[in-house]
Amino acid sequence: MLLNQFLLLAAVLFAIGVYGVLARRNGVLVLMSIELILNAVNINLVAFSAVRETVGGEVFALFIIAVAAAEVGVGLAMVLLLYRNRRSIDLTEIDQLRG
Amino acid sequence: MTELLTLAASTAPGLPLGITEGGTWLLRNAWLIPLLPALSFVGILFFGKRMPRGGSELGIALVGIAFVLSLLTAAAWIDHRDNFEGEEVHRAVAVAEHGDDHVEAHAEAHGHPSLGVHNTVTWFEMNDVAFTVGTLVDGPAVMMLVVVTLVSLLVHVYSTEYVAGDRRYTHFFAFLSLFSASMLLLVVSENTLQLLVSWELVGVCSFVLIGHWWEEKPNSDAALKAFLTNRVGDMGLIVGVTILFFAVGSALPGQFGSFSIAETNALAGAGQLSHTALLVASCCLMAAVMSKSGQFLLHTWLPDAMAGPTPVSALIHAATMVVAGVFMIARMYGVFFEGFSIGGSSINLMALIGGITTLIGACLAFVQRDIKKVLAYSTISQLGYMVMALGVGAWTAALFHLFTHAFFKACLFLGSGSAAHAVHSFDMKSDMGGLRKAMPHTYRTFVIGSIALAGLPPLAGFWSKDEILVGTGGWGLFGGTGGNGAYTFMLIMGVITAALTAAYMTRCIYLTFFGEFRGHGTPHESGSRIVVPLWILAGLAIVAGFGNLPKGFPLVPESFQERFGHFVEPVASYFPSITHATPSWSLAIASTLVVLSGVTVAGWYYFVKVEAASKAAGESLTELPDGLTTKYPLARMGHTLLVQKYYLDHLYTDVIAGGTKGPVAAAAYKVDQGVIDGVVDAVGENAVKAGNLVYHRFDQLVVDGIVNTSGRASSSAGGELRKIQTGKVQDYAAILFAAAMVLAGVLIVIV
Repeated sequence: MLLNQFLLLAAVLFAIGVYGVLARRNGVLVLMSIELILNAVNINLVAFSAVRETVGGEVFALFIIAVAAAEVGVGLAMVLLLYRNRRSIDLTEIDQLRG
Repeated sequence: MTELLTLAASTAPGLPLGITEGGTWLLRNAWLIPLLPALSFVGILFFGKRMPRGGSELGIALVGIAFVLSLLTAAAWIDHRDNFEGEEVHRAVAVAEHGDDHVEAHAEAHGHPSLGVHNTVTWFEMNDVAFTVGTLVDGPAVMMLVVVTLVSLLVHVYSTEYVAGDRRYTHFFAFLSLFSASMLLLVVSENTLQLLVSWELVGVCSFVLIGHWWEEKPNSDAALKAFLTNRVGDMGLIVGVTILFFAVGSALPGQFGSFSIAETNALAGAGQLSHTALLVASCCLMAAVMSKSGQFLLHTWLPDAMAGPTPVSALIHAATMVVAGVFMIARMYGVFFEGFSIGGSSINLMALIGGITTLIGACLAFVQRDIKKVLAYSTISQLGYMVMALGVGAWTAALFHLFTHAFFKACLFLGSGSAAHAVHSFDMKSDMGGLRKAMPHTYRTFVIGSIALAGLPPLAGFWSKDEILVGTGGWGLFGGTGGNGAYTFMLIMGVITAALTAAYMTRCIYLTFFGEFRGHGTPHESGSRIVVPLWILAGLAIVAGFGNLPKGFPLVPESFQERFGHFVEPVASYFPSITHATPSWSLAIASTLVVLSGVTVAGWYYFVKVEAASKAAGESLTELPDGLTTKYPLARMGHTLLVQKYYLDHLYTDVIAGGTKGPVAAAAYKVDQGVIDGVVDAVGENAVKAGNLVYHRFDQLVVDGIVNTSGRASSSAGGELRKIQTGKVQDYAAILFAAAMVLAGVLIVIV
């Protein structure tokens, strides 16, 4: 099995995810991009786990999926509250923590 | 098919457990009964709001089916108890173990053995220890299944009217269902781990339902208090269960440990577990009972729990959840029997705690204004009765009292809810009085429940209470007694409580239903969905006592005597062989007279003196203007002690919580002032001198220079760094990724 292809796929996904997190202004899309990044990591873990024939990586991937589900739940709740309070989910508008 | 379970081969020749994998389909599949309300919980949670009646119809339907299933299971158990074919095998094993004579003697004393129906699956395995979940269906489990599903069903119906229009109506029914499911899971639990899980689940449901109207601070405080007090006892449960797990493991050489209730009890009964381990485990489990069943020292949460809606109080804090502790003792009776040496005639922790609880609860019920608090303290008192009965070895009497108490106390709670529903208050002194004309059904059922609680023949409470008094074995007159030893002290406590119970219920009835109405508006009788459950429970409060007529009772054939004891009390290896007391007419008459004297004294005070004083004063009084407490300082002190609930709440919040804070702070302050300050002062004075010297030479020139420079530097650096604090989350993310890239680069270069 060619590990490179998986790693390449993961790297591309990761890069798309990072681009999304940095460039999108929509809160929901940023959350989706974070999911992309996490899944890129998952692909790496599963790929290495398959090549090395251990289950550790797969277990980690399962954990990440579970944690990611919780994280996106919290994230979406925050976006929802943001929308209720400000009628907008544009992340560039939220800068009350500006120093 | 008929396979009899014995312990693993590693012990002495297969100790029989008294359980079987056989039995009819219903007995083997009792897990269906908890499953139904659990489904109802999920269904109401997801679809309740879209249902025409807010999900209550789903709850009632599924709990109703569970009730029918429980009845069928009970019928199957009654058949199984005497006719199960596995009995022969059990007998053979017992003969091999104990010899023929022993078995004959045992059969003569206890009748045929009852084999609990055992059904498990492996939940998970860890280091060759299989953790199982499953059901152990036997007499006590079946009895609890019927009681829980029946009261739960009635409470569901009652609630449709009581909480109608509530803003969290659906949520309320969802948690009623979850509670029913958890409680049913608890009673059929096959192992202590499963018992622990369901124990915690009912605690959570109790927390949620007490705090149902959490917008008001006292309600959420009460919910927290209940939950935290229960946590204290739950630690005991966890520790106790763990001790038993390893104790069983050390008795079985090939095994690491076991949570199985039947195995633990059988080993404890056979004397294969160390007495010390059993004693420690019993004490730990007793802590759990103290919190869950509101026993003395940890009972303080139960009266506060009345902040919840009344149906919740009836279901959870009177009929079912609070008896979980009693049920747990009954379930693990082999452990407690050996651990506390019950039957040795010496007073043990369990009997003592029960006895104290029953007395202090009854005393506290006298000073309450809130009708539900009267009933709450009464519940504490009656739970104390049950624990005391278990402590003196009167197992059947305790479970029978649990059975009858569930009906009449649920009836009383629902009746108080009905009255409060009409007057919009629970305060007997300021908002009730004279309700008997306006609410005839509530009045009649409440009186029936009160008579049953007070224990006047022939209502339910009389039979069960009397059985407990007989079971103490302390009555030596006219040929009574027997039992596991002479606990005269417990008998006296029980008799005093019986008088007190009769008196405070008389007070409660007078304040609620007699005199003139003191509240606002005109109260009306509640609707049929409240009245019908009341009458069903009142009917049961009348007849439930006939389920266990004492042996030798005239007028009825022998096959109707001690039916409850016959079907509920296990006669199996996992249950200790307890001695039964002989019922005594003289004790029954004496206790009835005591109850009547309690009624008479309280009745004379309220129905004669207070009534006359009310007429004289021209308004409806709730006590005499120149009563005992105003005349005698000692009585006033006693009254204050009761109103302050023996200062236990103060003890917990101020003395224990505050006390551990206080001395630590005081000691720290002393050390601070004396030792540290002395050193500091001395050092300080010298330092000032040295400092003055240094100040002019070193400080002003060198240090200030450095400080000022670094200050200016950090200020300007901060000014620069401020610019990257844009407050925009994506800018931070960009910095994060940039830093990660730099780190990755460093990693690549280094590695």
